[in-house]
Amino acid sequence: MEAHAHADGDHPPVANVSSRVDARLLGMFLFIASEVMLFGSFFTAYFFVRVVNGYSWPPHGDHLPVFVAGVNSAILLTSSATMHWALQSIKRGHRAGLQAGLVLTFLMGATFLGTQIAEYARIGFAPRDNAFATIFFCLTGLHGAHVFVGLTLLLFATIRAFRGHFSPEHHHGVEIPGIYWHFVDVMWIVVYTTVYIL
Amino acid sequence: MPTARRPFNPFRSEADAYRFLILTVGYFAAIVLASVLGGRWAGLAVFCVLTVAAVSWFLVRDRAGPPVQQTPTRRAAEGERRILVIANETVAGERLRQAIQGAATGGPSEVLVVSPALNSPLRHWASDDDSARARAQNRLDSSLARLRELGIDASGQVGDSDPLQAIEDALRTFGADEIVISTHPEGRSNWLERGVVSGARERFAVPITHVVVDLEAEEAAARS
Repeated sequence: MEAHAHADGDHPPVANVSSRVDARLLGMFLFIASEVMLFGSFFTAYFFVRVVNGYSWPPHGDHLPVFVAGVNSAILLTSSATMHWALQSIKRGHRAGLQAGLVLTFLMGATFLGTQIAEYARIGFAPRDNAFATIFFCLTGLHGAHVFVGLTLLLFATIRAFRGHFSPEHHHGVEIPGIYWHFVDVMWIVVYTTVYIL
Repeated sequence: MPTARRPFNPFRSEADAYRFLILTVGYFAAIVLASVLGGRWAGLAVFCVLTVAAVSWFLVRDRAGPPVQQTPTRRAAEGERRILVIANETVAGERLRQAIQGAATGGPSEVLVVSPALNSPLRHWASDDDSARARAQNRLDSSLARLRELGIDASGQVGDSDPLQAIEDALRTFGADEIVISTHPEGRSNWLERGVVSGARERFAVPITHVVVDLEAEEAAARS
């Protein structure tokens, strides 16, 4: 792969691209690494507070809404299934399936975020109360921010789907939000299991 | 030609990410179930077992078996031999030139010299390979000029920093009948340490000649 300058000067030289590391793959590796480090720092703080400090979890008097969060988790996991369905639909040329899948995914994601906000309002403790409360709001809030970003990506993909974009050959605009959405779900599984259940 | 195994990335595509999500749900569900039924020590045991299993799978997945040998499509004209030469610093070595000359005699032949653009790992991952390619191109140019002086009409190109990948890339368009790999002597050769020659013999169904070029000895001989 060599760079060739065109004599007529109407094109920039073709960029050298290594055949081993695709730029998009490198970008995804770096993205995942940064996200793992970001969530990892919050989980480190969480385990420090919980294990090293020897606090009871949750502290006496505080109660986590495990059931509501469990239902919320089920909603989020179902939204991943509809996201997968949406992409499989466009790969097979079914536009209605793509549109329905994206709308359902967006609605379930919005329901998850709305429920989490309602949960914050009723939970009975505030971030400033103690270390447990701080780390709880930081972890779930960080995840909530990721859900918000995912919803924004989904909104753009949904609008584009209704405007006739995407085809079985060209559906990158659905694939990338889909990867991000599943990543957000994976992180929620870790958050829910460690913070709410165990 | 079958492609080499890709590095592990659970988020390579939407389908891969969805599969990884399902596996994550199963992983944590098993830990929670064990904790609820058998207490925290049972949960910890399941966590350890599943984590070790996952890490073991990750470590052995690339050693699952010998790679499938790749047979390049023959692209030479009837009666013509195509020789692919892979060399880096040793591309200027006298011993390699003699080997190419020997391989190219006895009939019409076409020689392609590929010089992998050796790079540091950091620059490689940052896709900063401009200077590495320029250095490889310089070595290649001087070697091609010397081969032409000897009457061998050889062409050349700069290849991937991984010599095996460079061979695979070249075979796709060149389709060689023979591959000549040139390295430094044992003990000074990074390629030999990494098993490039044996790896190439495993991976490509093409006769492979290994030429050892001792540049220091050649320089000493030239001085004397």
